[in-house]
Amino acid sequence: MSRLTIPKTYKLYIGGKFPRSESGRTYEVSSAEGRFLANASLASRKDARDAVVAARGAVAGWSGATAYNRGQVLYRVAEVLEGRRAQFVDEISSSEGVTAAVAGRQVDEAIDAWVWYAGWADKFAQVAGAGNPVAGPYFNLSVPEPTGVVAVVAPQGAGSLAGLVEAVAPALVAGNTVVVVASERFPLSAISLAEVLATSDLPAGVVNVLTGSPAEIAPWLASHADVNALDLLGAGELDWVDLEVVAADTLKRVLRPEPGLPGRALDRILAFTETKTVWHTKSTI
Amino acid sequence: MKDITPTDGRGFLEYAPAPESQAILHLKDSYGLFIDGEFRDGSGGSFQTISPATEKKIAEIAIADSADVDLAVAAARRAHTKVWSKLSGADRGKYLFRIARLVQERARELAVAESLDNGKPIKESRDVDVPLVAAWFFYYAGWADKLDYAGLGANPRSLGVAAQVIPWNFPLLMLAWKIAPALAAGNTVVLKPAETTPLSALLFAEILQQADLPPGVVNIVTGAGETGATLVRHPDVDKVAFTGSTGVGREIAKAVAGSHKKVTLELGGKAANIVFDDAPIDQAVEGIVNGIFFNQGHVCCAGSRLLVQENIHDEVVDRLKQRLSTLRLGDPLDKNTDIGAINSREQLERIRALSDIGEQEGAERWSAPCDIPESGFWFAPTIFTNVTTSSRIAREEIFGPVLSVLTFRTPAEAIAKANNTPYGLSAGIWSDKGSKILAVADQLRAGVIWANTFNRFDPASPFGGYKESGYGREGGRHGLAAYLKGASA
Repeated sequence: MSRLTIPKTYKLYIGGKFPRSESGRTYEVSSAEGRFLANASLASRKDARDAVVAARGAVAGWSGATAYNRGQVLYRVAEVLEGRRAQFVDEISSSEGVTAAVAGRQVDEAIDAWVWYAGWADKFAQVAGAGNPVAGPYFNLSVPEPTGVVAVVAPQGAGSLAGLVEAVAPALVAGNTVVVVASERFPLSAISLAEVLATSDLPAGVVNVLTGSPAEIAPWLASHADVNALDLLGAGELDWVDLEVVAADTLKRVLRPEPGLPGRALDRILAFTETKTVWHTKSTI
Repeated sequence: MKDITPTDGRGFLEYAPAPESQAILHLKDSYGLFIDGEFRDGSGGSFQTISPATEKKIAEIAIADSADVDLAVAAARRAHTKVWSKLSGADRGKYLFRIARLVQERARELAVAESLDNGKPIKESRDVDVPLVAAWFFYYAGWADKLDYAGLGANPRSLGVAAQVIPWNFPLLMLAWKIAPALAAGNTVVLKPAETTPLSALLFAEILQQADLPPGVVNIVTGAGETGATLVRHPDVDKVAFTGSTGVGREIAKAVAGSHKKVTLELGGKAANIVFDDAPIDQAVEGIVNGIFFNQGHVCCAGSRLLVQENIHDEVVDRLKQRLSTLRLGDPLDKNTDIGAINSREQLERIRALSDIGEQEGAERWSAPCDIPESGFWFAPTIFTNVTTSSRIAREEIFGPVLSVLTFRTPAEAIAKANNTPYGLSAGIWSDKGSKILAVADQLRAGVIWANTFNRFDPASPFGGYKESGYGREGGRHGLAAYLKGASA
């Protein structure tokens, strides 16, 4: 007699906890063949705001951690994800309708992207910073610092796990915290990834995952005054120009949409940094 | 300490007038638009540029309408496609070196023109603005044939046509900040100077003719806000660079939404200048004065909020008042002048209005005792004490010679108050303890931090803001990268 399985309830990930949407709403997620997989949470405006509060609260700790520490935590994410590889392969093959081999390659890319970005944590400042030879008796140094809270619309198509990781990981490298709106059609691996993050020494609130309708949630994030930057990576199907217009009210840093998966790039780390230049007098001796 | 406060606003150190001669200027009665290497009439009428110190007309200036902006952008596009993008980096650099040298050769003339049109003291235009202009072109000239090292990988490409709109507080210096990196990176330019300070940009156009810069590489269109709005919205522009108010910056960010345009915005500020009780007080007082009264406080990164540790508040404020009482306000062309004219009647009204609000909100106002000339726009250096963090003079950019003084007890309180603003352009820290300076500098959300100094600028040093002070950097390698895209982009 076969054992009856225990299906998982997929909820949101906000401030290190897994709440249901405060709205009580869910939406049905189906496999590629139309089979019922889960009722995912349909996040609301209030959930988005709660996520921003959690992300803001986590900025000081995460950006204040040493770069070495951030690198180790991001590497730890790769370790834990590797250990749960089979679960993600299953989840992706059923939801995206791909073979286990294709899903496996996607999980591998997600794991390797965490490793790649983990290694940048204590190096990007050396590449992007500068010691400036000013014409005067001053010590003058430029360093990149995190922008703060970054709201991300994750890639919406197939490759949902790799796309999510390639969207979120670079923002974390510099010490930003993230509110990410997952793929509407393929949200399950985003919540499973949240379980990985929750057990990887990543402080609560550093990453917050919302599932639901990006068209509904993104405008609230774009207009939120406590969000510093808006990554419209996966917003190509939305009315993203309006989102960029709304974001201009608080002069958010905005990355415009890109088709497909973003891949790995130093530019994506630097896009959410601010260059701080410190001058200090030198005395005459 | 010896009391050196003059009783009548002069007394101490009286100087005979020492005006810089205007004979070095050979101004025309009217100036057209500089498009495709030539001066030509504008189609939008004209306006007068005046000296804010005397309210007398200097010259008649053309207004560019949308047809003129079209012409200028088309000229820049042609020059980019046919000439400038095909030129070797070394040759672009040689043009920029030529420009740097011509600026140095005509430095005194440019300084006089700048002080006449802007109202800033000649000692500042002569010793700060114009030398930095030459330095900016010299610095970026050397980058032109080294773009592979700009941090974007091998063979980065220029963006195309850059639309640049600059403010009136450092007219020629802001022109240099914009044009030098743009040209070094291989872009061509349409630049709009501020309505009240077009003069030095038009003299600069003459310098470009002397440098034999190919026509269309730099085009200068004069006019008011409407001309600038038309320029940044022009569909054939690839890059927008703007320095000015946060309000206009917002409008520009909205206008370019959904386009391919790359944007750099250098906007307003409300910088905290933090003085700890272990600071070298004499230097700090000079730094506070330089921080807010340099250029009549018309400085986006001005140290307009003095955060002084509570136990030294009275001493610092007393010394500040004594020092301010020795400043000489008057003729911008006088070599002894410390405080020049407010740039325009409109700006003077804004400074007056916000200062009145400061008083109404309960802050205590003190102004330096100095004679105010009868004509022109003037505002005596002013300090507000008993300012609360919620007061409008502690929150809004006044852009004038007005300092708001607040206190703090602990470094944590200083940091919290300094960061309690939507702006994040600059900050100052005064302390003799290096470890404290570095720890505080880490926590301040501002793009430029001066420790035991203030208002220092250098072409090698990136400048720009956090939060609503804008985005992108000018100066250094970062400023160059703002005008480039990677080979794969």
